[in-house]
Amino acid sequence: MTLTRRDVEKVSLLARLRLSAAELETMTPQLDKIVHFVEQLNELHTDGVEPMAHALDLRNIFADDEPRPSLDRDAALSNAPKRDDECYRVPAVLGE
Amino acid sequence: MSLLNHTATELLAKLESREVSSAELTAAYLKQIETLDPQVQAYLRVLPESALAKAKEIDARRAAGQPVGKLGGLPVAIKDVICTQGEVTTCASKMLETFVPPYNATVVEKLRAADAVLIGKTNMDEFAMGGSTENSAFQATKNPWNLECIPGGSSGGAAACLAASMAPLSVGTDTGGSIRQPAALCGVTGMKPTYGRVSRYGLVAFASSLDQIGPLAHTVEDAALLLAVLAGHDPLDSTSADVEVPDYRAALSQPLKGLKIGVIKEHFGEGLDNEIAAAVQAAVQEYEKLGATAKEISLPHSKYGIATYYIIAPCEASSNLARYDGVHYGYRTDEKAMLAELDAERAALVKAGQQQEADNLDTPLVRLYRQSRAEGFGPEVKRRIMLGTYALSAGYYDAYYLKALKVRRLIRQDYDHAFKEVDVILGPTTPTPAFKMGEKLNDPLAMYLEDLYTVTANLAGVGGISIPCGFTKSNLPIGLQIQAPAFAEAKCLQAAHLFQQATDWHNRRAKLQ
Repeated sequence: MTLTRRDVEKVSLLARLRLSAAELETMTPQLDKIVHFVEQLNELHTDGVEPMAHALDLRNIFADDEPRPSLDRDAALSNAPKRDDECYRVPAVLGE
Repeated sequence: MSLLNHTATELLAKLESREVSSAELTAAYLKQIETLDPQVQAYLRVLPESALAKAKEIDARRAAGQPVGKLGGLPVAIKDVICTQGEVTTCASKMLETFVPPYNATVVEKLRAADAVLIGKTNMDEFAMGGSTENSAFQATKNPWNLECIPGGSSGGAAACLAASMAPLSVGTDTGGSIRQPAALCGVTGMKPTYGRVSRYGLVAFASSLDQIGPLAHTVEDAALLLAVLAGHDPLDSTSADVEVPDYRAALSQPLKGLKIGVIKEHFGEGLDNEIAAAVQAAVQEYEKLGATAKEISLPHSKYGIATYYIIAPCEASSNLARYDGVHYGYRTDEKAMLAELDAERAALVKAGQQQEADNLDTPLVRLYRQSRAEGFGPEVKRRIMLGTYALSAGYYDAYYLKALKVRRLIRQDYDHAFKEVDVILGPTTPTPAFKMGEKLNDPLAMYLEDLYTVTANLAGVGGISIPCGFTKSNLPIGLQIQAPAFAEAKCLQAAHLFQQATDWHNRRAKLQ
């Protein structure tokens, strides 16, 4: 299938990326070329093949249910671009 | 012979016999960095004060007869994707330009406990995405063998600092070839261990089911020394494997009898440089001379490796990099300017009578995310986030992601079959030697094909090492890749060591002034 500029714009919202007109211009054909390339996998019949999400056959790794120290709030907030004493700050989310 | 031409193993012996102190050695490397790094640009940050302080502390302990760790005061360079508490860790991204991790990665804790001297953080492709280190937001590292060429990537700084004798040991990461490919192009030894062998706690995630930390060094012996420190189960990483770590250095002194090597038929096809093909074939003959038996083997699905990888890795990346939101940590756009622009857009639409479009504009929070990410990420990172988001979006999941996971299984089964017949698999590490800077920058797909021979090890979860096996006519290094079954790093290292005992490609160093 062929990717259009409109598709790329839609994906940029899903990806929470703002792309400039120039970026849309260069990225649309680049992504289209890569998507066409990966579609070569359709040559392979994979009915009945079990998908492999992970290289290790690990399941449900449990930790003991014991309280342990964790990062304290100040350390967790130390890299915040904008904060107050206790919280991260963001622009208003609900209506004005 | 200059101190810096020695291997880490030789330097460790000199430290232990007190022929040289860690402070002297560290100062010598700092001097070399000061002299050469302005040309090579392998380091993003050098840590002279903390390195010298640590070195002196180790020297004092040794002088007092107190115990000293396995790395005994050897300097080690660390790729800037691994968290160092209190020291900026950028992933070569504007997004994390001022990020100071509140904790150490497990491998950093282990290095410290082993008395390594952390000498600096090395350059890389942004978020480890790339094969040339040109995707760094800060600087392009040069290949010490030819400063007009790329060093490979994404661990380009990690490999180049060794090739220019600016560190005796270096830690990198490999998601699709990011240790092995730069090791090959810079003429050093680099190993991607089995997935799960080394803890990823504190490694900034790119593609979590593929990422693995590993050693880069001048020799296999040195790589074994460093891997022994890095490896092992970690309760802080639930995907780290609880599998016993053998004594890698001791394994190297064991005689290797009746080694069966498999030569991958598919890796000698279209796209392989003639000089690399000849050097790898000569390496196979060298192994036969050393008593190994070689046979041709097939990994029939390996040609689908790149396509599979460039679905799975971007999908995982798009999810992992969703954390960079301009709120918790990392870059945030100028909020005032962003809100003013959004208001102006709304006013213009209302004025034009396009109320519907005005209502559909981003909310301030969504625009904060989108604008921060637009300014904080470079082009390749954006491309991969877009690719992964597309492949995982409604209606496409089965066609791309699920399909890729099934092919991943077929690739793994190829390895399982091959390893029933042979102990290790040999082939070229890269299809071409180091290329000129800028050559593939505008053709992402051509850059992706650089990983042709390396990605399958990540997809299957097996280990692999690249060692020098020759030079092209224009004096650029050639890498031989040796892959071994999961958790058989000792076998992989033994096989690679066997080659280095009979050849001297690994002893050559780039000559820079």
